[in-house]
Amino acid sequence: MLEGYKGKALEFLSFHNADLGDIIEIQKDNITIKGVLMPSYSKDDDIIVIKLDNGYNVGISLKGINNFRIIEKKTVPPTTKAEEKKKEEKSEVKIISTGGTIVSKIEYETGAVRPALTTEEIINFMPEIKEIAKIDAEVLFSILSENMKPEYWIKIAESAKKALDNGNLGVVIAHGTDTMAYTASALAFSFKSLTGPIVLVGSQRSSDRPSSDSPINLYSAILVAKNAPFAEVTVNMHGESSDTYTLVHRGVKVRKMHTSRRDSFQSINDIPIAKVYWKDKEIKLLRDDYFTRREKNELDAKFDTRVFLLKYYPGMRADIIDYLIASGIRGIIIEGTGLGHTSTELLEAFRKASKDGIFIGMTSQCLFGRVNMNVYTTGRQLQEVGVTPLEDMLPETAIVKLMWVLAHESDLDNIRKLMLTNLAGEMNYRHIPEYFPRWYHDRIRLQ
Amino acid sequence: MTELDYSKLGLKVGLEIHQQLNTSHKLFCNCPTTLSEDFHTQLERYLRPSFSELGEVDIAALFEWQKGKKYIYRVPPSSCLVECDEEPPHIIDDEALGIAVAVSLALHSTLVDEVYVMRKIVIDGSNTSGFQRTAIISLGGYIEVDNQKIGIQTLALEEDASRKISDTGTEVIYNLDRLGIPLIEISTAPDIRTPEQAERVAFKIGQLLRLTGKVKRGIGTIRQDLNVSIEGGVKTEIKGVQMLELIPEIIKNEAKRQYELLRIKEELKKRNLTKDNIRNSFKVEDLTEELKDSNSKIIKKEVEKGGRIYGLKVVGFKGIFGWQLMPNRRFGTEVADYVRSLAGLGGLFHSDELPNYGITKEEVEKVKKILEIKENDAFVLIVGPKEKLDIAQNTILDRVLQAFDGVPKETRAALDDGTTKFMRPQPGSARMYPETDIPPRRIDERILQLAKQFMPEQPEVKLKKLIELGLSKDLANTILNSIRLDLFDELVKKYSPKVPPTFIASTLEVTLKYVKSKGGDISVISDDVIEELIKYVYEDKITKDAVQEILLELATSKRPLGDIIKNYIPLSDSEIEKIVIQTIEENKKEIEARRDKAFNIVMSKVMSKVRGRADSRKVIEIIKEHLG
Repeated sequence: MLEGYKGKALEFLSFHNADLGDIIEIQKDNITIKGVLMPSYSKDDDIIVIKLDNGYNVGISLKGINNFRIIEKKTVPPTTKAEEKKKEEKSEVKIISTGGTIVSKIEYETGAVRPALTTEEIINFMPEIKEIAKIDAEVLFSILSENMKPEYWIKIAESAKKALDNGNLGVVIAHGTDTMAYTASALAFSFKSLTGPIVLVGSQRSSDRPSSDSPINLYSAILVAKNAPFAEVTVNMHGESSDTYTLVHRGVKVRKMHTSRRDSFQSINDIPIAKVYWKDKEIKLLRDDYFTRREKNELDAKFDTRVFLLKYYPGMRADIIDYLIASGIRGIIIEGTGLGHTSTELLEAFRKASKDGIFIGMTSQCLFGRVNMNVYTTGRQLQEVGVTPLEDMLPETAIVKLMWVLAHESDLDNIRKLMLTNLAGEMNYRHIPEYFPRWYHDRIRLQ
Repeated sequence: MTELDYSKLGLKVGLEIHQQLNTSHKLFCNCPTTLSEDFHTQLERYLRPSFSELGEVDIAALFEWQKGKKYIYRVPPSSCLVECDEEPPHIIDDEALGIAVAVSLALHSTLVDEVYVMRKIVIDGSNTSGFQRTAIISLGGYIEVDNQKIGIQTLALEEDASRKISDTGTEVIYNLDRLGIPLIEISTAPDIRTPEQAERVAFKIGQLLRLTGKVKRGIGTIRQDLNVSIEGGVKTEIKGVQMLELIPEIIKNEAKRQYELLRIKEELKKRNLTKDNIRNSFKVEDLTEELKDSNSKIIKKEVEKGGRIYGLKVVGFKGIFGWQLMPNRRFGTEVADYVRSLAGLGGLFHSDELPNYGITKEEVEKVKKILEIKENDAFVLIVGPKEKLDIAQNTILDRVLQAFDGVPKETRAALDDGTTKFMRPQPGSARMYPETDIPPRRIDERILQLAKQFMPEQPEVKLKKLIELGLSKDLANTILNSIRLDLFDELVKKYSPKVPPTFIASTLEVTLKYVKSKGGDISVISDDVIEELIKYVYEDKITKDAVQEILLELATSKRPLGDIIKNYIPLSDSEIEKIVIQTIEENKKEIEARRDKAFNIVMSKVMSKVRGRADSRKVIEIIKEHLG
C-alpha cells in the first residue's frame, strides 16, 4: 500500500510496482538519488518522498525524473511471535489509554502526530514505572481528544470502575489534553464514591520526542493513583515549564489555559490538591478537604447531550436563542460577561426558553471569580426571566454537569436544585486572593 | 617523526562546514539572531531518548541518557517559547531558505523539490527539544579548488544549538540565545587527499558563503567538522574545529592515529593474540587493601572518599598501552578517555607508565604478583567508587578488544593543540525522523526569486569590482578574503565616495592588524564602533588620521568611545596657530642653537600635541609661516 500518495505520484509508483520500504534509485538532472521510499505527506501529488542513507527525507518531483528503478524490494522481517502474555500477579494501578499525545506516533497521511502506541509500549518506554507500582494496561480506544464524546465518557467510567472493583488502588487515564478537563468533569459527576483516585494524564509535548513531558506526567500519575489518600477524579500535569514537579488538580476545577505550554493545566478559583516531586517520589498534599477513599465504587454515568454552551458577545442576536429552542435543546449554559450578563435584548428569548422548561445557567467568560447577578439591574432582570447564577463554576464544568443532571431529572426546579448542589467540589464558596494568578509586568517580559 | 605519505596511506578527507546565517529571524520562530548574556528565567529539564520511526533506539542517544544529566536553560530576553520547547516551531524562515537556495545554486547543486524538516536526535541537552531540526535543501554539486572538483554531497539548513555555559558532569547550563539561529551545513565528498588541501577547501567554501553577504562572523559562527579515514581505517568524525589553520594538523594527527592503531592490530597478530585470549584471561582483582596506603595523590583522594582500587590483567599487552598514537596520546590515553566518558571515571594507570605518579616499584611488584602478570602481560589500575569501577572494567575490556579490529567507529572532539579525543560512539542514521510540526515546503518560484538577491558573486568578479573602487590589487585581495567583506560593502555603500573605499578597506584590514600588533584588544572594536568612526570622518567631525589613534586608544585603554573621540575633534586654524606659537616660544633656545633643524624640531613637537586633531599639511603651512 502506498500510504499518503495520491494522483500522479500514486499512478507513477503503482506503474513501477513500487512499495513503501523499497530501496529505489532515481536519476534526476545529473544526479542519482538512492534511498527508501517513504510514505508521503505532501499536499502536492507529484512528489515522491525518499529517505536517504544519511537519514534525511527529501521530496522529489516526478518532473525531470529520467530513470526510476527498484533496487531492492522491502524485506518483511519474520514476525516474532508475540510472547504469550503471562497473567501477572494482581495489578495495583490500571492504565487506561484513550489516545492523545501521551501515546503518539507519526502519521504520514497529514504529517501530524497521532495517537498510536499501545500502553505496553509506554511501559517499555519508561521501565522505571515498574519500580513504583505493579501495573496493568488497557487500550480502551485510540482517539484524538477533540473527537471525544459523552458515550465514550461512559465507557471510560465503566472501565475505571471495573479496574477499581478488581482491587486496583487507583486508575490512570491517558487522555489527549484538549478535552481532558471535560472528561474529568464527566467522571467526577458520574462517581458518587470511589475506592481510589482516578488520575487523568496527558502530555503537551508528544511522547515521540526526548523532551516530552509524558514520562514524568505518567510516572507521577501512577505514583498518585497508587499512594494518594484522596479518591477523586483528578488531572495530573506539569506544574511549571521545568521538569520539577507535577500538580494534581481537582477534575472539576481545572482548565487548559495555554495552547502549548507544559504547565497549561491550572486550577481555576481553587488550588491544586497536591504537588508531586517525581524525583523523590513524594506526594505533597496542599489541602485536606479532599474526598477520601471509600468502601465501594458507585457509578451513575448518564448524559443528555441536548444542551448548548452559549458564549455571549456584543451583537449576539436573539433569534439564535429561538433557533436553539426550536432545535430541541433542554438546557443552556451562558458564558456571560463580567459578573454574569448578556444584553437585555436577549431577555425575552430567555423568558420564553424558561417557560418552555429549558434550564438556563450563568457562568462568566472571565473564568476567574464568581458570577453575581445582584449587583447590576441586568443581572436581576436575567434572574427574573429564569437564568440561574452558577457561582464560580467553570463554563465547561457547568455544561458537563448539566448534561449529567438532565439525564437524571426532568423537572426544572429539581434540575435547578441539582445544578446548585456541590456534587464534586465544582463550586467553591470562598475565594482567597491567591486563587488569581499573578502576571508578570516587569519590562523584560514586555520587551 | 617523519611525515607520512598520505597518498600511500589512502588518506580521504571530507568536510562538514557549518556557517551561521545573519538573518533577521531565527529558523523556526520570530526571534532575532542576536546573542545575549542576560536572562530572566531558567528552565530545568531532563531528556529521554525517543524511538525513531524505524523503531530503533539510537546508541548515541542512549549513551547520553544513561548519564542522567540535568539541563538548565537560561532564557534571554531575545528568546521565546519556541526555544523553550513550549510552543511548536513556526514554518521555516524564508530568508534563510532563500540564502540556502542561493548557495546551493552557486555550488552547482540540485535542489530538492520539496523540503522535509527532520528531527536529528541530539540529547546532550544542547537542544531543548532533544533534537536538532535540519533539512536537506540540495544534493550533489562541486567546488573547484586547485583545479580539482571537490564534490558536494549535501547542503542542509539547520538550527544552531544552545550555547553551553558550564558543565559539572551532572548538570549542564545552556543559554538559549544561539538556539535556532539558521546554519548552513555543507558536506563535501571524501575527495580531499592532503591535509593542506582540506584547509584550502574549507577556506573556499567559507569565502563563497561570505560572498552572500548574509553570514555571521566572529568566534563560533563557522565550525568545521572533519571526516578522516585512511586505507584499512574507519571514517572518523572530528567535531568542532573552529580555526581554519588547525585543519591540516588535526588531519595529520588523525591519519597518524589510525595508522598506529592499524600497526597495533598487526603487532597483536604477530604476538599470536586473539580476542578470546584476552577475554578468557581477563582478570579483575580488588586491590584496595594492598594499595590503600600508596603515596599516589589520586589513590589517596579516592580511598578517603570510600572508593576502591581494581587491578585488571590484560594478557600479552605489554607495550601496547604505552604505544604513542599522536603527540601526547598513547593507546592508554584512548582507553582512559573511554572510561572517563562512558563510566564517568577519572583515575586510570597502566603498567607501561608505572612506577610513576606516586606508585612505587614495590607496589607495582605487589600488583603483578596478585594479578599473576608475566613478562609480556600488562595491567590497568582503576580507582573510584565501586559502581563506576564495575562499569569501567567492561569499558576497558571492550576497548582493548577493539584493538584487534583496528580503528573503532568514533566521534572525536578537536582540541586546540591539533590533537583530538574520544567524544562518543558514532551515531547511526536511525536518529533522524520527520519533524511533524512543520509541513513540507515546496521550493517554488517565489523562493527562487528571493534567492537571486543572495547569489554569491564569483570571487574573480568581486575582485575586479574592488579594484574598480580604487583598491590596490593587494588590498582588494585582502578584502576579498576578509571576514569583514560584508561590512566593507555596507560602509562603502553608505559613506563612499566622500570617504574613499581604500581608506575604509585599510581601516578594516591594515589598521585593525596594527592595533592588534600594538597589544590592543580588538574584540572591543565592534562593527558599530568602526561604522561610527567612518561616519564621523564622513561628517568631517574627525580627520582620517584620527581613526587609527582612536582605535588604538580604545583597544588599549578600554575607555568609552565617546570620551576618546572628544580628544580628537579637529583644531581650528587659530588653535593650531596658538600651539605653534607656544611651541616656538618654549623651544626658543634650541631653535636658535640649531637654526637649520628648526623646522624639524618644531614640527615633531607640534605634531605630538595635535596628532589626530590636525591635518599635517596645515601644520606645516602654519609652522613655515611663523618660522619665517
